[in-house]
Amino acid sequence: MKNDWKKYIIVLFITLGLFATAGGLSNFFADKKVQEMRDIQNKLATDILSSEAQFALLSELSCDQDEGGENLSQELNELAAKIEYSERNLKGNDSITELKRYYSILEIKDYLLTKKINQKCGKKYLPILYFYTTAENCVACTKQGYVLSALRNKYPDLRVYSFDYNLDLSALRALLHIYKIEDTKLPALIVNEKKVTGFHTIEEIEKLEPMIKKLLLKENPIDTKTEVTQ
Amino acid sequence: MSLFLILFYTFSFLAVYVQVFLLVTFFENRKKIFIRSEGITLQNYPGVTIIVPCYNEENVVTLTVDSLLGLQYPKDKLKIIIVDDGSKDKTWTVVQKYKNNPQVILLKKENGGKHTALNLGLEHATSEFVGCLDSDSSVHPEALKRIITFFDNQEVMAVAPSIIIRDPKNILQYAQRAEYDMAHYTKKMLAFLEGIHVTPGPFSIFRKEIFEVMGPYRKAHHTEDQEIALRMHKYGFRIEHCPDAYVYTGGPASVPKLFRQRVRWIYGFIQNVRDYKGLFFRPQYGYIGMFTLPSGIISICGTMFLLVFMVNQLYNFVTRKILQAQVVGFDPFANLHVTLDPFFINTRAFLFVSIILYILVIVSLLNGRRMIYGRKVLSWDIFLFIIVYTILAPFWLMKAVWNAIFTKEPSWTLERDYSLKKL
Repeated sequence: MKNDWKKYIIVLFITLGLFATAGGLSNFFADKKVQEMRDIQNKLATDILSSEAQFALLSELSCDQDEGGENLSQELNELAAKIEYSERNLKGNDSITELKRYYSILEIKDYLLTKKINQKCGKKYLPILYFYTTAENCVACTKQGYVLSALRNKYPDLRVYSFDYNLDLSALRALLHIYKIEDTKLPALIVNEKKVTGFHTIEEIEKLEPMIKKLLLKENPIDTKTEVTQ
Repeated sequence: MSLFLILFYTFSFLAVYVQVFLLVTFFENRKKIFIRSEGITLQNYPGVTIIVPCYNEENVVTLTVDSLLGLQYPKDKLKIIIVDDGSKDKTWTVVQKYKNNPQVILLKKENGGKHTALNLGLEHATSEFVGCLDSDSSVHPEALKRIITFFDNQEVMAVAPSIIIRDPKNILQYAQRAEYDMAHYTKKMLAFLEGIHVTPGPFSIFRKEIFEVMGPYRKAHHTEDQEIALRMHKYGFRIEHCPDAYVYTGGPASVPKLFRQRVRWIYGFIQNVRDYKGLFFRPQYGYIGMFTLPSGIISICGTMFLLVFMVNQLYNFVTRKILQAQVVGFDPFANLHVTLDPFFINTRAFLFVSIILYILVIVSLLNGRRMIYGRKVLSWDIFLFIIVYTILAPFWLMKAVWNAIFTKEPSWTLERDYSLKKL
């Protein structure tokens, strides 16, 4: 039978159509995910604003009135996980970088607020600043990420603020300048104003900042006993 | 985009293209597909000789011959030639029970391979049509009459049947049943395109004159049924497929046996394609060179790539998990909240491309079942087929390609010897 060239062309167009559908569906879901992250981010922004307003009132009110801090931590963590996942899986989507920049600003704002609350009300939350790089294959950064996730699960009152060193953001540049973070010494951690560079295990971070244990004591005294005996 | 993803999309595109091509062919020709559930009567019954080559088949040869003797076809028009290709077991003794049957001729020779057994049978055949039935297969009583109707078209020189896995008993055989059901559809579509690349050993029927024109069977890397089909295309002979000519065959019941069979088939395909490379991309040979053979090569390369792709994905996953375990210990429930959130379902294009591909495969299978059984049957063996073949196929493909590169010829008799040892 002679080849029907028209058929080859028609099938080519159908196949291209199917691939375009696959691409379209992928974009549709990517957009939905970006929208979901935007929604979280907007809520987070409102919550931080609310916390700031609450803090402004603190001089007149008791420190016990500080509510919603835990929710804020959870929202920050959720957004961090989603942005990190999207960075890996929605490569080439410009919205992700934009979200990440905005998220970093929110982190800085929340960090400053946490510091103020801590000064005013005594240590309530322990902030950890974590600087990593995506410009190169940084295995130590990946490992440090696992450690900080585990720490976050262990101590809910721990506030981990992660920053991509390579993100083009003036506020972040200022933060890098203040803490003298160098790209050759990543990952870098600022644990309660103490700077350490390179990879650190859970135990090393716990030793570095005894306040972490106190946070655990506050959260779950029974578990702490077990932890301390270990 | 990584090289892996580029290759993934390239192979997926080609695989989808092939499946869409077959689907378009199906929609063009679906009204020409028919199955006959009732017995039919022919106006005239041409002479037919069926050659049964045996090597170590003492347990199954009688099933094969008895099913041939049970064909609804005039006894004086149907001859059966049993050729014992130097069996080491009691095949020859077992077939002696037919020595007084006027329809049966018994021949014995030194072991020389299946093609030599077939050629000896051909030398003794005097009928207008000849066929072969591997001695681990049996036929539906109406199969021969149904096939013969396709020869009303004088251009048709060979007709391939529909092969069904007989009494599947384990996961592997159920998976093969689904695979064979899908093959009916593919084969019928290739028949519409006049691009069938294999006339299967079980019960393909030929006009005997083609052997006089083209010469006898060749060793053809132990896949003489593929070689003869390609040779027919070279001569411009047309091959048809009869969907309601049912042939039942025992699918390999264990992974090593299935592995050996598939290595032989794919090795044979590669070597035969190499021998008939002149057909490739030559429009004068029609769809065989422009569609069937390139599709086969794409399928081999694509499946092997899939293995490399999956191993790479698995390696990355395991490396990540090991790193995580080294740093914070192993906790399978650590990211449970992340896993349960639909946000973390990967919705990249390759997920949808894979879904499209799997849908097309399932549609092929359902169409194949409709052609054979008259209705679409969606059963669990479809998923067994997808799982089992996704895991195993890349390995026999790699082995076959390895053998083809280093010319290590697998053996037809070795498969039989192996079966004998297992029995």
